[in-house]
Parts: sequence; structure tokens; C-alpha cells
Amino acid sequence: MKRSGVVISCLALMTMAFLYLPLLAVAFFSVNATKYGLVWKGFTLDWYVKLFSNEVILGAAVNTLELAVISTVISTVLGTILAIGIDRFPWSKRSATSLDMILHLPVVIPDIILAAALVVAFGMLRLVSSWFEPGMLNMVIGHVTFQIAFVALVVRSRLDAVGKDIEEAARDLFASNTYLLRHVTLPLILPGIVAGAMLAFTLSLDDFVISFFTAGTDSVTLPIYIYAAVRRVVTPEIHALSTLVLLATVLLVIGTERVSRRFQQR
Amino acid sequence: MHNIIIWYGELTSVRSLLKRGLLFLSPGIAWLLVFLVLPGLVLVAVSFASRGSYGELIWSFSFENYSRLAGFGMFGWTADYLTIVWRSIVVAFFTSLISVLLSYPLCFFIAARPERTRFLWLTMLIIPFWTNMVIRSYSWFLILAPELPFAQVAARLGIIPEGSPLYPSVLAVYLGMVSLYLPFVALPLYSSIEKLDWSLVEAAQDLYASRSRIFLHAILPQTLPGLSVGIILTFVPAMGMFVVPDLLGGAKYMLIGNLIQQQFSTSRDWPFGAAISMGLMVLTMGSLYFYRKKSRGGTIL
Repeated sequence: MKRSGVVISCLALMTMAFLYLPLLAVAFFSVNATKYGLVWKGFTLDWYVKLFSNEVILGAAVNTLELAVISTVISTVLGTILAIGIDRFPWSKRSATSLDMILHLPVVIPDIILAAALVVAFGMLRLVSSWFEPGMLNMVIGHVTFQIAFVALVVRSRLDAVGKDIEEAARDLFASNTYLLRHVTLPLILPGIVAGAMLAFTLSLDDFVISFFTAGTDSVTLPIYIYAAVRRVVTPEIHALSTLVLLATVLLVIGTERVSRRFQQR
Repeated sequence: MHNIIIWYGELTSVRSLLKRGLLFLSPGIAWLLVFLVLPGLVLVAVSFASRGSYGELIWSFSFENYSRLAGFGMFGWTADYLTIVWRSIVVAFFTSLISVLLSYPLCFFIAARPERTRFLWLTMLIIPFWTNMVIRSYSWFLILAPELPFAQVAARLGIIPEGSPLYPSVLAVYLGMVSLYLPFVALPLYSSIEKLDWSLVEAAQDLYASRSRIFLHAILPQTLPGLSVGIILTFVPAMGMFVVPDLLGGAKYMLIGNLIQQQFSTSRDWPFGAAISMGLMVLTMGSLYFYRKKSRGGTIL
């Protein structure tokens, strides 16, 4: 029998309120007509209008998307190939364990350590080539590095779930290696690849720490912009920007749920 | 050696299979080696170097950075850095503990919803999980602002001066940390609670077990897999967090993350920053080892 008592329900609702109250406050004060202070002075959408004429913010939005798209494409390709490589070949137990370890490394270590390691490594590389000045290239490399592991883990679990029956059947029907990969394995694991790519995309959009450590002055992303802004002064414009980011998150979460549900029904 | 095997319906030798497998592995592994393992090793090396007067690296092997982290400086021993390390562990511990305590009722509540609304409640848990941590941290500025009731009540009670906000403060750090990490505990915990075998709980009730015994013996063991994933997902990143203490804790409530960030920005002391990162790495590995020992068989993802 499943039930939840009054006490549990109250606690749960209070916890939900605790999670949402600050976010709702941001949305609430983003339509407040006064620039300073938190006293309600009437409804306005001015702050939203102003956002779209602020070139720094628009630039940051473009950077954020560019970074997310490029890093997601690279990490999805690399992560998928890696997952197939790990799952579909008879590795000895020892190599499988070390592969597993290297795959879990970016997932478990705190992101600030990866960020610090990248700062130092790019510092060394800068001695050789000016490509590695803080900026978009460094950020893409940083993002791909933690995304690969997540993509590979998601795709691998799909490979596991698919099993070997269909691939064996294809072999029995004389499918070649390339035919098998292109027409059997890849279509079978496509839901896993899409899920992995969406996870990678969301992780990139959401990331602050890696970007913050590797960004240059002309590759500021939205989270970095918001961070720098609120350290100086909190304005309703920032609330408006945050509210839009929040709405984008909501849409992304709902979209991801939809897609994963559709694939599950297949 | 010609180990002939049948692999996925293909008659082949182990050797040619592994050759092909290596082809698949190499791009991803090469990337991780170049941009993860190698930088990690460089970080280790740099932690033994020292800082020149302009912030440049001087390659001299010494344990100076580590002894500095342990508190041995130019003017004798101080506990400053060790206090920060200890504080990080304490904050991570209580953040996890409070998140766990709040997650159980929340997950039971969601699990007890009818199927239609359950999905909605779950989505409400996933949204904060994916909301950017900078936004989630600074949003507490508003709740704790002097114009709002919370700060006014505190001022009335004489805890803070009239007209000042409730941040930066220890309370603000905990509010920020718990609200940030709660979904990281609640989501894995929910996946365990969803699968809970309620007949065991009913059996315990039939045998007149007290509420605490029902929880300890019928519920807790069943939810352990989700719970331990949640704790790891919270405790480890919480130790290295720097956004929340930076925005809500102020300079007096630094954690390891802030110390590391400081070395890579204002202080420009990479060797010391690298040494602190190594310290955080040891703490991470230590807690992962502890977790592995305590909960056998569970995996993180």
C-alpha cells in the first residue's frame, strides 16, 4: 500500500517551495518596474526589451550556443565510437577495468580539478602555439573532455540493452563489418546516441566552472556573464536574463523527456 | 596464437578483433589521454614547482606547496588552510545529510502521487537539477534581501543590523548548497523508492515494528543503492564548490574551491593551486574508496 501521511506531504511541499521560491523570486522581480531595491513598483517588460538591444548579452548567448553545439557534435561522435569500441570487442578483464576507470574519471572528479588541470596544460601549450590563448578553442576542448565520458556511458548502456541477437542474425546473413555498423548497430543504438547528445548539450549549456577557467575576454558565456554581473550589482536586467535561461531549461527538460519517451515506445 | 572465436556471429580470431577494436577506441581514448590524463600529470608536476615573483613557473622540485597547505609558512605554523579544508568537508557532509533528510519525504510524496501527476512532480524535480548553478545561487540574494520578511524578522530578533541582508553568512551558504544539491540526492533516491517492495513494509507493520524500525530495517536497506549514488553525487562536488560560498559566504567563509580559484586568478600562484587541487583529489578518492567499501556492488551511473 502506498500512502503519504500529512506530515510527509507537508515536508515535501515545503521542500519543493524551498527549491522554487528563489527561482520564482527571480522571475517576479524581472518584471518589476524599479531598477533598484526589491519593492514592487508595477509590472513592466522593459528589462526583457533591453536585453535584446544589449550586444554583450547577445554575444554571450551566441557564444554559449556555439560552444554547446560544437562540443556536443565532437563529443557525440567520439563518445559513440568509444562506447562501441569498449562494448563490442572481447577485451581482457584488466583492460576492460582500466577503460572503465578512464571513462568514469571525468564523471567523478570535481570539475574544478579538471578546470585547474586544463588551465595549467593550456599554459604549457601556449609556449608552443598561440592557439591556446584562453578562448573558444580551450572551452570546446574542456567541454568535450567531460562530455565524452557521459555520451559513452549512455551509449554503452544502450548497447548493453540492445544485446547481440540482431547483430548475430545480420552476420549470419553475411553482413560485412561496415554494413553491420551502418545498417544494424547504429540504427539500433540511435536512441542512446540521441540521449547522450542531449545530455552532452545540456551539460555544456549548464557548465560554469570549466568555462570560467578557460574563457577569454571575447568568449564569455551567459553563466559567466551572469556571475560577473551579480558580483557587482544585481539588476532587474539580470533577473530577466536569468528568467529566460530558466525558461530555456524548462523547455529543454520537457523536450528531452518527450524524445526519450518516444524512443522508449518504439 | 590463433585464438579462433565466434563473436557476434562472426568467425574470427581474437587478434584481428582486438585490432579492429583498437581502431574504435583510439580516437576517444587519445582525446582523454591528451586532454585529461596528461593535464592531470602536468598538474601533479606543477604542484612540486614553485612560483616566481611575477607568477611564472620555476621548475624546482620541492614539497613547499604541500607544507604551505598544511600550514607551515614563513611565519611559523597556522591553521588557516587546514581550517578551510576541514570546513569544506563539514559543509559537504551537512549539505549531503540535510539533502538526504529532505529527500526521503519528498520522494515518498512523489511516489504516492497518482500516475498522471507523478510525472509532473518528477519534472519539477528535474528542472532545478538542470538549472544553472550561478542563477540558483544568486537567486538567494533576493530571498535574503533586507526588504523581504526573512531578513526583517532576523533584524527584529537582533541577529543582523536593521536594513542589511541575510547574506553573506553561513546560513546563506547552507541554503544555497542544499537547494543546489538536493535534486542530486532526490533523483537517484526516487529511482530506488519507486521500486520499493511495500510488502516488506507491510510485514513490518503487521509485526508491530515502530516507525523508526520500519524505516531502518524495511525501507533504508532497499533504498541504499539510490541513496549512495545520491550521496556521492552531492558530497564530492560539494567539497570542490566555489560559486555558492563565493556569492553567499563572502571572504570569511571560503572553501577549498575558492582557495583553488584564487590561486588561478588573483594570486596567480599555479603551483600552490595545483597542490590544493591534489589535496582535493585525495579527499575525492578517499570518499569514493570509503563509499565503495561501504556499499559493495553499486555503480555510479
